[in-house]
Amino acid sequence: MGRVEGKVAFVTGAARGQGRSHALRLAQEGADIIAVDIEDQIGTVPYPMSTPDDMAETVRQIEALDRRIVATKADVRDYDATKAALDEGVAQLGRLDIVAANAGIFSFGSMEELTEEQWSDMLDTNLTGVWHAVKAAIPHLKAGGNGGSIILTSSTAGLMAIPNIGHYVAAKHGVVGLMRTLALELAPDFIRVNSVHPTSVDTDMIQNDATYALFAGDLPVEERTRDVVGERFQTLNALPIKWVEPVDISNAVLWLASDESRYVTGVTLPIDAGSLIK
Amino acid sequence: MGRVEGKVAFITGAARGQGRSHAIRLAQEGADIIAVDLADHIPNIDYPSATEEDLAETVRQVEALDRRIIATKVDIRDRAALKAAVDEGVGQLGKLDIVVANAGICVIADWQGTSEDVWEQTIGTNLTGTWNTLQTTTQHLIDNGGGSIIMTSSAAGIKGLPFLSAYVASKHGVVGLMRAYATELAEYNVRVNTIHPTGVNTPMGTLGGGAFGPLLEAHPKLGGMLANLLPIEITEPVDQSNAVLWLASDESRYVTSLELTVDAGNTQF
Repeated sequence: MGRVEGKVAFVTGAARGQGRSHALRLAQEGADIIAVDIEDQIGTVPYPMSTPDDMAETVRQIEALDRRIVATKADVRDYDATKAALDEGVAQLGRLDIVAANAGIFSFGSMEELTEEQWSDMLDTNLTGVWHAVKAAIPHLKAGGNGGSIILTSSTAGLMAIPNIGHYVAAKHGVVGLMRTLALELAPDFIRVNSVHPTSVDTDMIQNDATYALFAGDLPVEERTRDVVGERFQTLNALPIKWVEPVDISNAVLWLASDESRYVTGVTLPIDAGSLIK
Repeated sequence: MGRVEGKVAFITGAARGQGRSHAIRLAQEGADIIAVDLADHIPNIDYPSATEEDLAETVRQVEALDRRIIATKVDIRDRAALKAAVDEGVGQLGKLDIVVANAGICVIADWQGTSEDVWEQTIGTNLTGTWNTLQTTTQHLIDNGGGSIIMTSSAAGIKGLPFLSAYVASKHGVVGLMRAYATELAEYNVRVNTIHPTGVNTPMGTLGGGAFGPLLEAHPKLGGMLANLLPIEITEPVDQSNAVLWLASDESRYVTSLELTVDAGNTQF
């Protein structure tokens, strides 16, 4: 018996990275999946974003687990598209129990240098996009009458400041405010709302030339190797590791999604290798 | 394959209530157990003290799961006796991976009614006893190449609650201890976290509550502070154990210095 057997989970940003990992981990434990992803580029994002092929791979891996998945190309900045994708998924899979609002982007610049476009892309995706996913999901969760669990992906940057990503810090702090308000409003319906706060996760969002330049801009390009940059990442953490793996975040999401945490709500849950205590 | 298969867990206050539940939940997922409990009369409390029969019942239930358990009657305020029990358990079971510092007491009294006895007893057990637990176990975790320490604080370790001043002070102290140890032990891959229950359906959580009645009648404005956000009156021990299990397992291998509320939202308002 899986730990979320028979439940249905809505996962945003599910084409790859943490989102795919969440979908797989939940499916391994018995859930069916409603997946969305932009599968396209956003102009101010300095690394390649997901593709339709990535989403096809997520679908393949879920189906290999004998679980069902309804996957749609949808941008969380577009409420109507997000809602339509979720409504169709619920229509096909019959219910909704879990929301993992994971979709997010990363870019950099000091507060002085950030452009209007960088700011709006960031806030529209990482904050408004989270609200869109949850807003679309609440009627389905309430209609089910079984309560529910909403997990919002924030960041260590949702609880502390980090220089040169002020728009990301602002968006991720905003997610915490959203989580706390939702936890208060939805408790009477037994819908729990919590946030997860990863440190650096070993995904395409950090393993790219642009992020390497941010962490090792003092070195020539050819010396910015995964190992060398990893040493720089490790200085962020208290535990002696460079970064965490997507499955570490997924294991937290799984616990929060399952009935094992049935009385847990309003929690800001760091999976941060102790970076917040440094 | 259990979620903590092959690991060894040390649990204080394991005779009944949350401690017994932690022992059973970890054993169900493959851990062997080193258990201690005072298992003797506690003065000043409004609920029955745990007994040697209670501790024997924990042993019976863990053994029924085909797991090993070494149980000893120990007061965690007694450092030497505690150390002997830990060392004996680790000697027999071979190593230590998980520490659950759960033992605690709770005395309900307003500030005038909180005697020096109650203060000493509460701080001595809930805070100094927890420190003794860490001091006698940490080296075993380091010797094992890492581990997970879970300390039981309370909603009263995050916010003030009325008529529990000694308890609130002790449980806030546990958070300070957790944060300090988390910084020092990170380099050894030892993770340190707290859980923060709201009311739990145990003898301490149910039979000890009577003293609140007249105090809340006299101070009705404060009653809401004890209420939960989720529409439930009380959590079950297994809800706390499921949080302990997650923190004890490798599923949370990069989680440290976390205050994990299992409080039905009590601290949210």
